[in-house]
Amino acid sequence: MELELTADQKLFQSSARSLLEKDHSLDRLRRLEPGESAWDRDSWQRGAELGWAATIVPEELGGGSVSGEGVRDLTLLAEELGSVVAPGPFLPVNVVLAGLVAAHGTGPDHTATIEALVAGEQVAAWAVYEPGGHWAPEAAHVAASPTADGWRLDGTKDRVEAGLQADLLLVTATTPEGLAQFLVPTSAEGVTTSPQWALDLSRPLAEVRLDGVVVGPDAVVGTPATTAEIVEKQLQIALLVQCAELCGGLEKMFALTMQWGFDRYSFGRPLASYQALKHRYADMRTWLEACHSTTQAAAEAVQAGSPDAPQLVSVAKSFVAERAQWILQDCVQLHGGIGVTWEHDLHLYLRRATSDRALYGTPEDHRRRLADLSSL
Amino acid sequence: MTTAETETVESFRLRARAWLAENMPRLDADAPLPTLGDDDHEWVRARELQKLLHAGGFAGICFPREYGGLGLSPAHQRAFTEETAGYEMPVQLNIPTFSIVAATLLDMGSEEQKRERISAAIRGDEVLCQFLSEPSGGSDLAGLLTRAELDGDTWILNGQKTWSTSAYAADWGLCLARTNWDVPKHRGLTMFLIPTEAPGLHMNRVKMVNGSREFCEEFFTDVQLPASAVVGEVNNGWAVASRQLFHERNAVGGGSPYVSGIAGRPRALGGQSLFTVARATGRAAEPGVRERVGEWVALEAVKNQMVSRVSRAIGSGALPPPAASLLRLFHAEAAQRGTDLAMDIAGAQIAAGVGTDEGVTGRAGVSYLSRQGASLGGGSSEMARNQISERLLGMPREPAADRDIPFNQVKRGRV
Repeated sequence: MELELTADQKLFQSSARSLLEKDHSLDRLRRLEPGESAWDRDSWQRGAELGWAATIVPEELGGGSVSGEGVRDLTLLAEELGSVVAPGPFLPVNVVLAGLVAAHGTGPDHTATIEALVAGEQVAAWAVYEPGGHWAPEAAHVAASPTADGWRLDGTKDRVEAGLQADLLLVTATTPEGLAQFLVPTSAEGVTTSPQWALDLSRPLAEVRLDGVVVGPDAVVGTPATTAEIVEKQLQIALLVQCAELCGGLEKMFALTMQWGFDRYSFGRPLASYQALKHRYADMRTWLEACHSTTQAAAEAVQAGSPDAPQLVSVAKSFVAERAQWILQDCVQLHGGIGVTWEHDLHLYLRRATSDRALYGTPEDHRRRLADLSSL
Repeated sequence: MTTAETETVESFRLRARAWLAENMPRLDADAPLPTLGDDDHEWVRARELQKLLHAGGFAGICFPREYGGLGLSPAHQRAFTEETAGYEMPVQLNIPTFSIVAATLLDMGSEEQKRERISAAIRGDEVLCQFLSEPSGGSDLAGLLTRAELDGDTWILNGQKTWSTSAYAADWGLCLARTNWDVPKHRGLTMFLIPTEAPGLHMNRVKMVNGSREFCEEFFTDVQLPASAVVGEVNNGWAVASRQLFHERNAVGGGSPYVSGIAGRPRALGGQSLFTVARATGRAAEPGVRERVGEWVALEAVKNQMVSRVSRAIGSGALPPPAASLLRLFHAEAAQRGTDLAMDIAGAQIAAGVGTDEGVTGRAGVSYLSRQGASLGGGSSEMARNQISERLLGMPREPAADRDIPFNQVKRGRV
């Protein structure tokens, strides 16, 4: 949460808020039938019309941001979406856009795809994890072999957010020259997407099999030399969105638990009057402020393209993902038994936090990355 | 100086950069770590460095010009502090001299006290300290027993204080004493500004588990003080102490505009970083060790990011002043996690030194022994949690058995 918002940013925030109120309810998430998607293309299209896929895309490529600082606007939006555990492809679409924008001008031209994604006409997903694998984007087992007129991709990806609904996949693959990324239509021959059980009800995951999928030379994103840098940009956006949506969710659940502390009475006095519980609230409030602090610092660094952006996103992810769980589990504890029921909202947030913790590097992964970046 | 005449932060920064390069001694990164408990020469050095800053026109950046400062903004101070990285700075004077005692005098002192003491500190001539805590209790400051009684125009001070940080190096101290025993505890206190060389004041240094001797205890026997020694009003000393506690929380948490330069070495780890500990144990390549070093890097970063955000928020009014307790609480958590991580990394070597020297791992062990200092000094973490839950979150206050009761009727313990 930024300390001060401009009038334009407030308007942007409130337009997002009212669309979410109209299109989305926590109750709907709770009542999803097995196999039923948590979101549809129409609602994403409405979000895109409000600029949800435009913030980090330059104006000449069809994007634009209200504050002129796209990453800040993206962070603001992610908080709004996170505060209601909103479903939809916000994270994957913006991550793919970060990659396409970073690659712009270095490899084949993807302007048309960027414009279609910004407009919400197309949805894209980042296929980076592989079955059984940990966070290691640089070590893809999916193989891309050069053919006479393009590439042939073989292998399996999993934990692909929005993979079932996506039109396009941004696939990390190992070529004879090293890691590369390819834009692959899900409709291409040899692509099979299937649903994967997901802890977060709002974020359907998919497994993607690539059996001799043939793509043209123009499917490559960037060049072998720039891939690592592009993947880093994508990671930075993924981590920022995760941290900001966690902050939004934490703010909401902390407020709910505060209200509970004042309203709930035991032995003739409110829970908020017991020192043992007051101290837990004080800890949670402190961690929450720390989560906001590190998320905003990371957002500023990514916005500025500062050289310490890789460190600061890892600082934020390793911290926020861990504290989000401390805070949410404490919220459950303070609520008592009702906090572990299906009907309560807390588990929807805990699902999101647990899923966010796991994806795009766990806190432990990012701590090791911090040691690497510190040249220890 | 009007706003139009104020130098911009960038111009100030560039001028500071050039001046520091020309005048300030560089820090020697390879210098051996100082032995704890033997720091008299550091205080002599701190006064020399402060005099150097003052001569160069870079002392007391956020203090008003009429009291010897520069009257510039916290942004100027932050820029200056950033520029001092790599230089020797009189960091010993940051807490409590400038950020607590001088800051409180600025808020509550008489014109004479402000003019004389603040400017002397800025010039590097004087060091300031606080005589607050007493052996009878730490958190319940207002329940103190040191008494001051008026004899004609002269106050006579009797009692005992403890935990006065670096008082042995100081010239003046702020001392809180009870001047009325017939009213509830907060209403019978008066703050005095007293010279540490006053006849009847006897001072001892307290040796801590890590060998540090930075804290002192004082015995006051019929110390005589003039009426002009009172800070604020008689029997309104709690208002002064409250400002002191606010400045203390702010300073310990890292949010004070009166802090200039940052300590080059993390005190909480006995002056060693976890990189040093990891390298010394030869385990820097182990994933578990790397994870712990990374966690420490992240915690230190988050601590600083939080200082920056919360101090801005308090400055703009987005958060109320008690939010400084957020910094206080997180500072303790981060420092303690740091000592724990250092112990994990040192592993089997934590309990031994190198030959007869404590070495890196031995020092990590000694730091671990004083781990709780981080959640005790400057008010305990439990008090910070009370502050946050009551003053920031609006939760009901803890019941107190001494509320609204004349102090001479309040029950006291045996120790």
